[in-house]
Amino acid sequence: MVQALQYFFSGVTVGSVYAIVAIGFNIIYSATGVLNFAQGEFVMLGGMVAITLASFLPVPVAVAVAVAIVTLFGCGLELVFFRRLRSHSVLHMIIITIGLSIVIQELALHVWDEKVRSLPYFTGNEASSVKLVGAALSPQVIWVLGTAGVVVVLLQLFYKRTLYGRAMRACSSNPEAAMLVGINTGNMRTAAFGLSAGLGALAGCVISPISMTHYEMGPGLAIKGFAAGILGGLGNPMAAVAGGLIVGLIEAFSVSVIPSAFKDVAAFAILLAMLFLRPHGLFGRPSGVSVREV
Amino acid sequence: MALLEAENVRQCFGGLVALNGVSFAVSPGQIKAIIGPNGAGKTTLFNIVCGLIKPTDGVVRMNGEVITGLKPFQIAALGVSRTFQNVSLFPHMTVLENVLVGRHLHGRAGLISCALRLPTQRREEKAMIEQASRLLEEVGLAEKAQHSAGGLSLGQRRLVELARALATEPRLLLLDEPASGLNTKETDDLARTLRHVRDRGITLLMVEHDMSLVMDIADEILVLDFGVKIAEGPPAQVRSDPKVIAVYLGEKENVASG
Amino acid sequence: MNTTTRIWPRLAAFAAAAIVIQLSLSAAGKVYYLTQLTMAVYYAIVVMGLSLLMGYAGQVSLGQGAFFAIGGYTSAFLTTHNMAGYRGAVWFDLLDKCGVIVSRKNLYDDTLVLTVAPWLAFIMAILLTVVIAAVIGYPSLRLRGHYLAMATLGFGLIIHCILIGSPALGAADGITGVPGLSVGGLAVSGKSAVRVQNYYIAWAVAIAVLVLLRNLVESRMGRALRAIHDSEAAASAMGVNTPKLKLEVFMVSAALAAMAGSLLTHYNEGIGPSESSAFKSVRYLALVAAGGMANLEGALVVSTLLVFLSLRGWFGTYDNAVFGIILIAIVALAPQGPFRQLGLWMNRYRSLYKPGKEARGGAS
Repeated sequence: MVQALQYFFSGVTVGSVYAIVAIGFNIIYSATGVLNFAQGEFVMLGGMVAITLASFLPVPVAVAVAVAIVTLFGCGLELVFFRRLRSHSVLHMIIITIGLSIVIQELALHVWDEKVRSLPYFTGNEASSVKLVGAALSPQVIWVLGTAGVVVVLLQLFYKRTLYGRAMRACSSNPEAAMLVGINTGNMRTAAFGLSAGLGALAGCVISPISMTHYEMGPGLAIKGFAAGILGGLGNPMAAVAGGLIVGLIEAFSVSVIPSAFKDVAAFAILLAMLFLRPHGLFGRPSGVSVREV
Repeated sequence: MALLEAENVRQCFGGLVALNGVSFAVSPGQIKAIIGPNGAGKTTLFNIVCGLIKPTDGVVRMNGEVITGLKPFQIAALGVSRTFQNVSLFPHMTVLENVLVGRHLHGRAGLISCALRLPTQRREEKAMIEQASRLLEEVGLAEKAQHSAGGLSLGQRRLVELARALATEPRLLLLDEPASGLNTKETDDLARTLRHVRDRGITLLMVEHDMSLVMDIADEILVLDFGVKIAEGPPAQVRSDPKVIAVYLGEKENVASG
Repeated sequence: MNTTTRIWPRLAAFAAAAIVIQLSLSAAGKVYYLTQLTMAVYYAIVVMGLSLLMGYAGQVSLGQGAFFAIGGYTSAFLTTHNMAGYRGAVWFDLLDKCGVIVSRKNLYDDTLVLTVAPWLAFIMAILLTVVIAAVIGYPSLRLRGHYLAMATLGFGLIIHCILIGSPALGAADGITGVPGLSVGGLAVSGKSAVRVQNYYIAWAVAIAVLVLLRNLVESRMGRALRAIHDSEAAASAMGVNTPKLKLEVFMVSAALAAMAGSLLTHYNEGIGPSESSAFKSVRYLALVAAGGMANLEGALVVSTLLVFLSLRGWFGTYDNAVFGIILIAIVALAPQGPFRQLGLWMNRYRSLYKPGKEARGGAS
C-alpha cells in the first residue's frame, strides 16, 4: 500500500511536468498552428539557466530571472523563425522545429556540458521528507504540485478574465476575424511562444532537484508532454492537465509490471494508442481537431 | 433507371445543417445543373456524391448500387469523376502528367512492375501517354503538355482539370462551377465543349452560378436554398417558378421572365 | 516522358566517379577512406528511401532509424545467437535439413557455434521490418502531417527503448562479432582483404536502388504518389487508392532502410542501439532536405558526402548541430531544395545584371 502511494506521488509529480509541457504545446499550437517539437528544450533551458544563475544569486531570484530569460528567448524564436515563414507548409514547420530542437540542445551542450546538474532544493534538502497521507515525500514534490496548480489557475484567469487572454483565444479560433477586430495577431503569436517558453522554464526549475537537469532531457519530455496533450485533447488546457497526470501515473505504476529499463515505453505507447484510436483525446470533441487525413 | 439517385441526404457540420433531406435523380445522358445562392449546400452535395464526405443521413445510389460510405477512389472506379471549385490541379506536375493521373484507374502495373519497367508496364505507359495527349489536343492544350500545371491561366487550368476528369472515362461527370472566372467567349467555348462531352455519352451534373450557361445547356435544373430543394425541372419551368424567383430576387419583386 | 534515356549518362557518371575515387584513394594509400565511404553509401540508401516517402509522397517519417535498426539487429542476432542448444528440436532439425544453419568455431573455447545462415537472416530481417512497417503504417498514415511525424517518432523511441534495455540484444553495447554475408563469390564483410570489393558492392546496391526508384517515380505509380503529395483529395477523386499506396511506399522505404541496416551490420561486424535514436532519424530527415526533397540523385550524392564528412570527424563535436542547422537553413532559405533554389537565385542574378535584355523586351 505504501508502495502504491509512493508510485502515486511519483506519478503525479512527473505528471505535473508533463502537464505543463502539454499546456505549452497547446498554447503555441492553438495560437500559431505549429506543433513545437522544441517544447522540451524550454524546460531544459529553464533549469540550466537557473542553475548557472543560482551560483551567485539566491535561488528564488535565479528562478525568476531564468524564467524571464527563457521567455524572451521564446519570443525571439518566433520573431526570427516563424514570423516570416507563416505561409510555409506543415512539413516545413515540422522540420524547422525539429532543427531548432537539435540546435538548442547542441548549444546547451557547448555552453554548459554533458554533466547532469540540478538546482538546490527550494526548501530543505534531499534528505528531508514530509509525511503526506502515509507516504514520505520530498518537500520539492509539494513545490511541483503547487506550481502546476497555480499555473493552471492563473492561466484560466488569464484566458477568461483578461483582455489579452481573450484576445489570444480569439486568435486561435479565428485569426482572420481577430485581425479584423484589431488584434495584432503577429504579437499574439510572439506572446504565445513567450508564454509557453516561460511556463516550460518554470517547470524545468521546479522539477530540477528531483529529476535533474541535463542537456538531452528535452525530446523525451516533449514526446511525453505531447502524449499528455493528445490524451487530454489538444485545444483544452484543463484536459492537458488531466492528460499529464494520467501519463505520469501510468508511467509510475508501469514499473511494477515491466522492467524499469522500459519505463519510458509506457508514455510512448500511450501516445501511439491515442493517435491511432482516439486522436481527439479523452475530452476533446471529434470535430474539434482535424487530426486525420481525408 | 436513373444513373444517380440521392435520397434524403442530410449533412450537419456540428450545429450547422448544410443539407436537409435533399432528394433528386440524374438520368443517363442528361445535363443537369444545380443552382442556388451561396451557402445553399451545393458543393457539400458534390463532396457527398463523390465520397469526400460521408453524409449524416441519407443514401446516394449509382445505377442502383449504394455508394454512400465508399471512399472517393472506389466511387471513381464506378465511373464518377469531377472538377473542383478551386481548380485542384497538381501544381508540381506537368499538364500532361496531370491528365495522366486521370488515366490511373485504367492502368494495372503495380509498384514492382513499375520499378522494374516490365514490358507490360512500358506498353501500358505508352498507351496512357497517347490517350492523355489526345485528350489534351481535344481541349486545345496540346502545346502546353510539358508546362508546369501551376503556371497556366485560370481558363487553361480549368481545361486541364476537365481533360483530367475525362481521362478517367467517367459515366457521370461532376463539374463544380466550371464557368467561374471565365469571360463570355470562354463561357461559350465551354458550353460547346460540354455539349460535345455529353454527346459522347457522359452524363453531366454541374453546380453553376452563370445563369446564361445554365439556361443554355441544361436539360434540367435543381434549385437549392439553405440546404433544401425548392424546385426541380426543365429550365423554362424552373425559371417561372415563383419560389425560385423569390429566392433570387426577393419576395416583393415580381419580374417577368427574360 | 521517357526520361530513363537521360539516366544512363548520369549512371555512367556515378560509376566513373566511384571508380576514380577508389583508384585515387588506393594510390594515395588512404584506403581507410574507402571504409567510411562505403558506410556513407549504405546510409544514403536509407535517405533515398526516405526521399521517396517524404519528397515524392509527402509523408513525414521520423522512424527510419528504427527500421534500419530492426533490419540490422535481426541480421546480427540471427547470425550470432548460438542455437546449438536447440539441436534435437523438430523445427531446428528441419531448418538444418534445409541447409540454412551454418556453423563456425568459437575462437575462445573451440566449441561449435550454430547460427542461421546470413543470407536467410538477411531475408528475414527485411521481411520482419516490412511486417512491422505495415502494422505501424496502417494506423499512422491516416494521420495528418504533425501527427504522423509524432507517431513515427514515438514508434522510433519505443524501438530505441526496447533495444537499449534488452540484455538479449546487447543492451547499450549492441551486438558484435557479426560474420560476413556471402552470396556467390561476393562477401559483405569488414575484412580489409575485401575492402575494395565491398566499396563496389555498396555502390552497386545504391545505384540499383536509384534506378528502381527512378523508374517508380517516373511511372504511373510515381505520378499517383506525387498527386497524393499535391492534393490527396483530388488524387483520390481521380481513382488513386491513397491509403493503400501510402502504406506500400511506407513499407518500401522501411524495406530499404532494413536492407541498408542489415548490409551495414555485416560490413561493420556489429550494430548498436544508437542507430535507432531520434538523432539518427532526424539526420535522415536533414539529408533528404539537403539533397532536395524530391531528388533521388541529390539524396544519394549529398547524403554520401555529408555522412562521409561526419564519419571523418569534420564536424567534430558539432556533428548533430550541423544537421540541425541544415534542417533550419533549408527550410528558411531554400524550401524547394538547394539545387532548385540555386537555380532560382541564378535566374534572379541573371535578370538583375542583364537589364539590357529586359529593356529590349526579351523574356528573362
